[in-house]
Amino acid sequence: MKVVVCTKQTPSTTAVITVDDNGHVSWDDPGGKPNVVNPWDEYGIEEGILLKENHGATDVIALSLGDEDSKDALKTALAMGCTEAILVSDEAFAGSDTLGTARVLAAAINKIGAVQVALFGKQAIDGDTGQTAVQAARKLGWTPLTFVSAVKEISDGRITVERLADDGKETVTAPLPVVISTVKEINEPRYPSFMGIRKANRANIPVWTAADLDVDGAVGSKVDWSHIYAMPPREGAVEIIEADSVDEQARLLADKLFEEKVI
Amino acid sequence: MNSFFIPIIQNLQNGVPTMLDFSLTEEQLSAAKMVKDFGEKEIYPTIKEYDRKQEMSPNALPRMAELGILGINIPVRYGGQGFDYVTLGLVCEELERVDSTLRVVMSVHMGLNSMGVLQWGTEEQKQRFLAPQARGEKYAGFGLTEPGVGSDVAGMASTARRDGDDYIINGEKMWISLATKAHHILWFAKTDPDANPPHKGITAFMVETDMPGVTTGDIHDKLGVRAGSTGWVNCQDVRVPAANRIGEEGEGFKIAMSCLDNGRYTVASGATGLIRASLEASLKYAQERHTFGKPIAQYQLIQQKIAWMQQWYDVARLLYLRSGWMKNQGLRNTRETSIAKWYATDQSFKAAHEAIQVHGAYGYSDEYDVERFLRNSRGAIIYEGTSEIHQLMQAGYAFGWRKDKPLRCELPAYDPDFWQEED
Repeated sequence: MKVVVCTKQTPSTTAVITVDDNGHVSWDDPGGKPNVVNPWDEYGIEEGILLKENHGATDVIALSLGDEDSKDALKTALAMGCTEAILVSDEAFAGSDTLGTARVLAAAINKIGAVQVALFGKQAIDGDTGQTAVQAARKLGWTPLTFVSAVKEISDGRITVERLADDGKETVTAPLPVVISTVKEINEPRYPSFMGIRKANRANIPVWTAADLDVDGAVGSKVDWSHIYAMPPREGAVEIIEADSVDEQARLLADKLFEEKVI
Repeated sequence: MNSFFIPIIQNLQNGVPTMLDFSLTEEQLSAAKMVKDFGEKEIYPTIKEYDRKQEMSPNALPRMAELGILGINIPVRYGGQGFDYVTLGLVCEELERVDSTLRVVMSVHMGLNSMGVLQWGTEEQKQRFLAPQARGEKYAGFGLTEPGVGSDVAGMASTARRDGDDYIINGEKMWISLATKAHHILWFAKTDPDANPPHKGITAFMVETDMPGVTTGDIHDKLGVRAGSTGWVNCQDVRVPAANRIGEEGEGFKIAMSCLDNGRYTVASGATGLIRASLEASLKYAQERHTFGKPIAQYQLIQQKIAWMQQWYDVARLLYLRSGWMKNQGLRNTRETSIAKWYATDQSFKAAHEAIQVHGAYGYSDEYDVERFLRNSRGAIIYEGTSEIHQLMQAGYAFGWRKDKPLRCELPAYDPDFWQEED
């Protein structure tokens, strides 16, 4: 069984987003921390490795769409225990929206061939859309299993998983192949091992370009970021309610809250 | 190219000319990052609790074993991870940045014991002692200091008497890290109490703590490293097979000194991490804390403290990386390691002291980390050669009174092929 884990390089969790007057967005970490594997993807990577350890997956292939820097994310995935890594990188894909990204990833997954499970983190901490997994499933024509908190069983060409829904957990079964998006309850991601680090740093990560892929539909972006601006600062005032007794203060506070239509 | 610096200098003593190269490899940096993540995620959140309780975090040793940290720079064929000596330094820096207790583990388990076996042990001893230690199945300690003997090593009272194929060991060791946790203790005892000069009568043994007659205990109420394990080990008529003798009879003093070249390297790199921890804590606090309407970072006397800490950190790091590089090359580094250890430990105490001053009264309470840094930094100015011993050594080298003679067994240079080959 072949498993693909889709991952991307994102700013660190402590990076601060700023927008300048020209709408230019930058992510800078005040502590100078480097970019990291999208933290949500770590659960996807771990689950891929667990599918190898517990469910007989033969290949766990880390896949990323991005520039050369994304190789760092792929190296982390290899150091954790993925068996292979592929970078998809082309000028033509730069600035892709989620649908464009999903098309390219689906094309790469098709090119890998015979993949039974494609794993994603539930969302990326930069864009935070959570759309790519489902859109990739649509482009592949596979069942999307989103917000998965446990893989229960894989047998007879079917997979049973537990999903974390808003109103509780549900157990669902679907025929393979499937796309899975993982939530943090699914596992505890391991650290890269020292042996893995050495292997990853020596790995030759192949780069696939647009010419290598048969992408279904337009690449690039349908979404247009026409106007990007910084959030206006929130304005507020502090007022201390003075009164002779706590009861009186509470009454004045309640009056104020009614007045402001807060309650 | 990475912006981390390794000084590579011409080694005057050995006359080996080399080029300057300040780069670290991605492998070295990735390994250090992994250890940093481990410390921050698994040890840091509960360190104050264990420091107060004077207990070791239950995660420390088993997780360091499981993750391979306990064998980081030992060849894969001996159960290790096959990284180089520079990586050991980087790892110690990351460990002590979180808490000194973690680095102390590396000092005794790796620097003072495992690297001693790598240097002086026979192939059979490497398989029997080093491999399980590197795999983290056995923890290792170092028994040199005694209740009445610290700097005056040759005055030790512990004895080993030959009896057939065994030695009978008696004596007590004090201030021993991991005393109650270690399975193997590299024990120094006199096989010839009348030797002249006395240090020629010392021999090294691997004492296994489950041998009959070995008792151990913890020492509490230390100033610092309270989440660590420090204690005493007593041997009463302990029968140790001659196969556990490391090196020849009478070679113990040389073995102890070469172990210290490695232990001091971990102390130097660790203390460098402690300087960095003080610097990082001070940078953060100085930007948050306001006095007279502005962050204290805006005041020049605070900036001066930051600048000092940065200078101490840079110098300490350059000094230990020079030692690590020399170890990789197989060059004798007793002098360079001594100065790295002396400098880094003295400055880590000063850095913690300045960090407390930056934090004001808050730094004086254990709400913040810096008071722990100060307490933890103090011990290393005493152990593995007091600062005074290192000053005597440096003056001795400078005057030319002290020269390092070649040893029968030198610490092997780092050879990536040999280190990484699996059997």
